[in-house]
Amino acid sequence: MKRIEAVIVGGGPAGMAAALSARQNGLENILILEREEELGGILNQCIHTGFGLHTFGEELTGPEYAARYVEKIEKEKIPFYTGTTVLEIQSEEQSKLKTVTAVNRIQGVFQLQADTVILAMGCRERPRGALNIPGFRPAGIYSAGTAQRLVNREGYLPGREIVILGSGDIGLIMARRMTLEGARVKAVAERLPHPGGLMRNVVQCLEDYDIPLKLNCTVAEIHGRERIEGVTLVQVDGENRPVPGTEEFISCDTLLLSVGLIPENELTAAMGAAMNEKTGGPMVSETLETSVPGVFACGNVLHVHELVDHVSREAEEAGRFAAEWVKKR
Amino acid sequence: MYDVLIIGAGVIGCAAARELSRYEAGICVVERCSDVCEGTSKANSGIVHAGYDAPTGSMKARMNVTGNEKMEELCRELDVSFQRIGSLVICMEEERIPELQKLYDRGIANGVKGLRLLNREETLELEPGLSEKVRGALYAPSAGILCPFELTVALAENAAANGAEFRLNTEVTDIVREHGGYIVRTNQGDLRTRMVVNAAGVYADVFHNMVSSDKIHITPRKGEYCLLDTEAGGLVRHTVFPLPEKKGKGILVTPTVHGNILLGPTAAPVEDREGVNTTKEGLEAVLHSAEQYVKELPVRKVITSFAGLRASEDGREFVLGEVKDAPGFFDAAGIESPGLSSVPAIGEFLAEMIQKRGGWRAKEKFESRRKGIRRFLELTPEEQQELLRENPAYGTIVCRCEKITEGEILEAIRRPLGATTLDGIKRRTRAGMGRCQGGFCSPRVMELLASELHRAQETITKCGGNSRMLAGHIRGTDSEKD
Repeated sequence: MKRIEAVIVGGGPAGMAAALSARQNGLENILILEREEELGGILNQCIHTGFGLHTFGEELTGPEYAARYVEKIEKEKIPFYTGTTVLEIQSEEQSKLKTVTAVNRIQGVFQLQADTVILAMGCRERPRGALNIPGFRPAGIYSAGTAQRLVNREGYLPGREIVILGSGDIGLIMARRMTLEGARVKAVAERLPHPGGLMRNVVQCLEDYDIPLKLNCTVAEIHGRERIEGVTLVQVDGENRPVPGTEEFISCDTLLLSVGLIPENELTAAMGAAMNEKTGGPMVSETLETSVPGVFACGNVLHVHELVDHVSREAEEAGRFAAEWVKKR
Repeated sequence: MYDVLIIGAGVIGCAAARELSRYEAGICVVERCSDVCEGTSKANSGIVHAGYDAPTGSMKARMNVTGNEKMEELCRELDVSFQRIGSLVICMEEERIPELQKLYDRGIANGVKGLRLLNREETLELEPGLSEKVRGALYAPSAGILCPFELTVALAENAAANGAEFRLNTEVTDIVREHGGYIVRTNQGDLRTRMVVNAAGVYADVFHNMVSSDKIHITPRKGEYCLLDTEAGGLVRHTVFPLPEKKGKGILVTPTVHGNILLGPTAAPVEDREGVNTTKEGLEAVLHSAEQYVKELPVRKVITSFAGLRASEDGREFVLGEVKDAPGFFDAAGIESPGLSSVPAIGEFLAEMIQKRGGWRAKEKFESRRKGIRRFLELTPEEQQELLRENPAYGTIVCRCEKITEGEILEAIRRPLGATTLDGIKRRTRAGMGRCQGGFCSPRVMELLASELHRAQETITKCGGNSRMLAGHIRGTDSEKD
């Protein structure tokens, strides 16, 4: 089995920054495992600007921000496998070595032995099921991030008349993006009395395009049998109960959900690491080490961050702590 | 001219087709949807009941008990996973304990084997996830679980492999008797057949009533369900029912063969035969009822909810057999619970009866076995390497929640009667069935469907008809004109 000093799970902003930092702090033998076909993670579909003000002192798009890190990874000759999904991480009690099982097209299922593992799997969107919205189950219901991928990476328009549930940043960004593509965004409904995303996105993505933001409002029912034909919006009171008589039908062919992000911790939990119920991420020490010795976590897998710049900074720390951990052994 | 035309490619229609395909007969299954298993068969509890529920002597009791006995062998032949996990009917109130005894007695009379009455301690020992308030239970070790999509697809594939023809997207509009058989009029033209099997689920009364003056009537009864994440797996180990109430068997809690926990169903008669929408009241009732007897129900682990319609005939009995005033027209109507449990028995029952009429010889080469899609990650390292050499696509995970590879998805499309829709992929491989419910994998699955079927991606649907996934291309892309 190949022995690696630091295996980094995920080649998005967190994984790349952690890898670079681990290298700068003296680790030679590093490997990034990335499930997509290229490095960059979710940044690759975030073609809007707003990235990098803290890190680079200038405003970049997502792919530009990612490219700066990819260049550094290549310059440092840090190896990475793309199209590679990690299936399992096991920690050996005595030796503290980790066995990482992964799969790709070239090697099939294979295993690596790692001194440290840095978890950088990012997060995923909360799906419709988690909301339990009653109604039919037609086509045309997407999470905002899936729609973003379809539009920005694949060049497809998911629909033309849109209602967005939830005012997370991806939802707000997609309200603008769909509008620019000629779709009509009829409403953004937010259950809470305040928007979920950044104020600058509320202004730049909704107000600038006259897209109504309906606060204290949620989707009570989904209509349409084959393709979605509309939603019933309803006002909710302070305790999240629908207020009778406030129902409003809005026709649409697409419902986008932007109702929160969940750190993606299947691997972490399966490894037996202690989890933090509140953040959805693993419990970590001040050195970003999980309860499994030598396994570190950073970025959105640890907790959902507002800015990628913060992810990069946290990941640099994780890389440094991981390097120190290896050197101490 | 077909020998037998079966209306409906649900689990019953496919079982009848599979059993009839043993004979030298021309079999055709017509289905209005774009895939098999699109009606009642796709949204039910996936339970193989032991057989103590139905009145002794009824067709339901007979088919259930026989079906349960035969299910294991059928699933082995068709490579379908079936787990005999056992069921518990639990009693929460001391004064209702005698009702358990009644169920037990009925079960014995129906021929159910292995039934046992348990006291409180025995119940909790067997099922520690139950509320401490439980008073006793009826334990039926012969009850089991299976995946209804898997069974239906397997029956259909096996029937097709043995020569049965499937006509999808074909909706029957009228049935006319003619000398020596029937003309079945469809949206795709007229089909002639000697005999008809009516396995049309909630529409079976419509077709029956086209040929018979002895009318039947089906009232769809909606059942709503919530599905919990595999993270909640282990909540219960058996299928757990509360004691039945007048209106139905009550809300059950059961593991699924894929390690999820399923809660449901409600029971509400509806007018709309397409009314598979969930309701706020229904979903609340599901969660509320389950909470009464499961110790700690993780309601936050719900990953999806759905509703199905039971094809309930007003006589509340299976309507099976040749229609008196319509020779050669065979009903499989009113197949509500325990319909899935009865599948092997109903299939054989119908096929035997029909074969007697047709007098066909048995095929010399009936292939009773069918292999399912191989789950790459469940294979041995040697098998994995071999499959990978065959097609490297087995090394790419497409559905990260259920760990489904590109190779499995391609296989689901390329098989006979292969998937043509996202739901088709989901039901054959489980891609899109996990906790993200297709959020990550659906764009890639659409792409694979489009390239394999040589279709433009924007024509790919969720489940046929007008359920298109995409509205078109974005502005200014080169492909906008293709």
